Amino acid sequence: MALTDLTACEMRQAVLERRLSAREAADACLAAIHRLDTKVKAFLSVAPENARRRAAEIDRRLAAGENVGLLAGIPVAVKDNMCTADGQPTTCASRILGNWRAPYDAHVVQRLTAEGAVIVGKTNLDEFAMGSSTENSAYGATRNPWALDRVPGGSSGGSAAAVAARMVPIALGSDTGGSIRQPAALCGVVGMKPTYGRVSRYGLVAFASSLDQIGPFGRTVADAALLLQATAGHDPRDSTSVPKPVPDYLASLEDPVLPLKIGVPREFFGEGLDPEVGKRVREALAVYERLGARLVEIALPHSTDYAIATYYIVATSEASSNLARYDGVHYGYRSSDHTDMIDMYMRSRAQGFGDEVKRRIMLGTYALSSGYYDAYYKKALAVRRLIRRDFEQAFQEVDCIMGPTSPTPAFCMGERTADPLSMYLSDVYTVSANLAAIAGISIPCGFTAAGLPVGLQIITDVFSEDRLLRIARMYEREADWAQQAPPLAKEAV
Amino acid sequence: MSAARLLPTIGLEVHMHLKTRTKMFCACKVEYDVRPNSNVCPVCLGMPGVLPVMNRKAVELAVRMALALDCTIPDFAKWDRKHYYYPDLPKNYQISEYDQPLGAKGHLDVETSNGPRRIGIIRVHLEEDAGKLMHAEGRGNYSVVDLNRTGTPLLEIVSEPDVHSAEEARVYAETLRQLAVYLGVGDCNMQLGQMRCEPNISLRIAADAQGRPQYTPISEIKNLNSFRSVERAVDFEIARHREEYEADPENYTLEKQGKSTRGWRDDEGTSFLQRSKEEAHDYRYFPEPDLVPFVPNRQWVDDMRKTVPELPEKRRRRFIADYGLPEYDAGVLTAERTVADFYEAVAGLVNDAKAASNWMMQDVMRVMNERKIAITELPLRPPSLAELITLVKHGAINRNTGAEVFNKMLATGKSAGQIVQEEGLVQTSDESEIEAIVDKVLAANARIAEDYRGGKKAAFGRLMGESMKASGGKANPQVVKAILTRKLGG
Repeated sequence: MALTDLTACEMRQAVLERRLSAREAADACLAAIHRLDTKVKAFLSVAPENARRRAAEIDRRLAAGENVGLLAGIPVAVKDNMCTADGQPTTCASRILGNWRAPYDAHVVQRLTAEGAVIVGKTNLDEFAMGSSTENSAYGATRNPWALDRVPGGSSGGSAAAVAARMVPIALGSDTGGSIRQPAALCGVVGMKPTYGRVSRYGLVAFASSLDQIGPFGRTVADAALLLQATAGHDPRDSTSVPKPVPDYLASLEDPVLPLKIGVPREFFGEGLDPEVGKRVREALAVYERLGARLVEIALPHSTDYAIATYYIVATSEASSNLARYDGVHYGYRSSDHTDMIDMYMRSRAQGFGDEVKRRIMLGTYALSSGYYDAYYKKALAVRRLIRRDFEQAFQEVDCIMGPTSPTPAFCMGERTADPLSMYLSDVYTVSANLAAIAGISIPCGFTAAGLPVGLQIITDVFSEDRLLRIARMYEREADWAQQAPPLAKEAV
Repeated sequence: MSAARLLPTIGLEVHMHLKTRTKMFCACKVEYDVRPNSNVCPVCLGMPGVLPVMNRKAVELAVRMALALDCTIPDFAKWDRKHYYYPDLPKNYQISEYDQPLGAKGHLDVETSNGPRRIGIIRVHLEEDAGKLMHAEGRGNYSVVDLNRTGTPLLEIVSEPDVHSAEEARVYAETLRQLAVYLGVGDCNMQLGQMRCEPNISLRIAADAQGRPQYTPISEIKNLNSFRSVERAVDFEIARHREEYEADPENYTLEKQGKSTRGWRDDEGTSFLQRSKEEAHDYRYFPEPDLVPFVPNRQWVDDMRKTVPELPEKRRRRFIADYGLPEYDAGVLTAERTVADFYEAVAGLVNDAKAASNWMMQDVMRVMNERKIAITELPLRPPSLAELITLVKHGAINRNTGAEVFNKMLATGKSAGQIVQEEGLVQTSDESEIEAIVDKVLAANARIAEDYRGGKKAAFGRLMGESMKASGGKANPQVVKAILTRKLGG
């Protein structure tokens, strides 16, 4: 067994017991990245020197008997839309940020450092997290480790692929409309979007402020719980982060939630769902039934028909505002061939942003324009409240909601790039959790006949991550798909 | 139509910096005249990933001002983003309050040369200031930007179009400034850009057939930074609107031409067009998702209300009614809160409002004017002045000696009692001693005494003065007066 086959929890135990040094763990991950990433292209930047220096420091502190934190010596990858002041660029996979180096660490990066993690590199994404395939990156697409001609999902495709290919045991992503859960499903790993406000967004480059949430990737539920534990909690620098205590997720993880009433929305099994995906998800539901859970069919009338439309108005409106600052004036890319100030703005933005980002800026600008605001943005906010109410009503009846994470398994590179709407529909089951600000997780629930992973999505009410993790763990104990590694990761060893 | 029927109709937008230690949404210091771009951080530089955090002190000051303007404080106020591209605004949006401001529907009473006027306040809201862009004139094709001011808490106060003349516009702005300074809400130093006025000017034309009032187009004059320029610019605009209207009454209407934005050239005394209606911005306001709404509870608002001190105008009227002060004196003593507080402290200690007012008006204000200092800089506190006034009141020293003691107190920092004791200034009322002095004075000034007896009443004052001088200022003036009167055969 290779070091990179260890889960984060196992690695942590080995490091604390001094059976493994942080330096060895870092070296193993850096070697795996070196070996595999020319094929997978999960990383935008790798920082071997920083990582080794950090790991050596952790080892010194461990030798001195110090408490090095929850993530003692564990190598971690960070999606490249989170600021790091370590000298690595923060690009958001955009030309417009170019080689911008953040002068400060994101809150989550400070947390990782404080808990003894070793950041090995920053992962690829769809530009500014806008996309569902990690193909919209100015620095090239990431591949799915299970099938290199397929996408890893997105926008956190780099983090998902890095964990799936066992280049790192855990990684951070961000989820605005499914950007953690959907790539987790397509790459066969665990990915969680916590409740809005659970993890500070300070230092996460904003796409859609009212939807963005940082969350963990791991191969196991326990690893996701560990990384959430290390990053969750109130941060006074983020006014939308909620000052609620963070429960001990790992302590309760093995306690099943019983009795358990599972809501199965009929809307999540309708048209557009790949039959194989539907089958695997139903099999997973049957496992829960066998464990004593009760399945209840529920309705979320606004959550599929209107969710995508609502999402693409709210998210693009906020994005058009959040991305206004990239103008070539103060930092980042500036066009060199401008004639005056307005021309400098226009050329810098025209040359700096990719097509999908431009499309969304235009959509959002339109939706917020005077004369259209009421018909689009205001209406979308009203529908967003209805979606939230769908879930509130559902959670009065059931403990959690389950269904597929993505309507299809990983699709081929280039398959949906020409048709933005088909790409947007990749998120049809995930966007409503963001609109409702509630917690969701995707866990592996098997493979298609072609060997592509399928994800089961579990959704619970706000600030119930502890129960969400316990429910996910109930299934994982019965069907440990995490034991399977993509052939690429195995053959390389 | 006669020009006399065109009624100037003016509303003012006033921006003022709040007196906070730090900026609106980050911990950078608010300072003036410091090295460019020294008070900046990732948040006010609008760097990727940063988030704003509301400055509670700024909200408190804003609510205090709103309460002083008798505004309603709503149960829910929210932040919005206002978008426009300019290099002095790093995020290319300004965080402001659009449709649910923290104060609404108030008023401000002002004193104009035509008597008192009540100006309605539409709204009071908070926002962040932008930086400063400076163009390299004649030195190449570039501009430089200083972002120290970016994010400074800015209060915007929007009046109803209740102002009808240039003088009223100026007085309104002056009164707002006085109020803000009085409340400790802002320093409003206009040279430092801490207060800017933007009058919106239009003329009301007689009503149309349906009885609806018609107006000339509205012009908004941007960024006026002196009261004088407010008055001059409004005057100029009123005349300009009148001329344009008279030249083309059919087309020079609000309906047809809308609103324009104009600048003011103070040296030339003229305004110039900056932006016409067609070029108006679409600011694409929407609720700021990075901040939570401001939801004050009633108890907090009530507590804030208690921090609003008595306002100058109300205090002035109370000084007249309760202390029997002349209007002028009451006005002077209430113009600044610190002066009024000083006065009331002294009046209370000596239990004599008139005497206290007399000393404030004659001695304290004189020194403040001579030295150009604020009352807080005066090296004398109310108890010291009260001690001096009490010495005079009880006849220990006379009023003139008191004035000298006052100056010595300022120079030495000693108390009135100490100075009187050390310099032997205690007043004498001993009749035989004073009579001897008066006799000497009358002998030496026989001609003046004759003048008095011959009917020249003013000569009495001269003899009083000589007698006081001969006593070294220590004689009780009342006793001197009585003896002189007797001796001169009164």
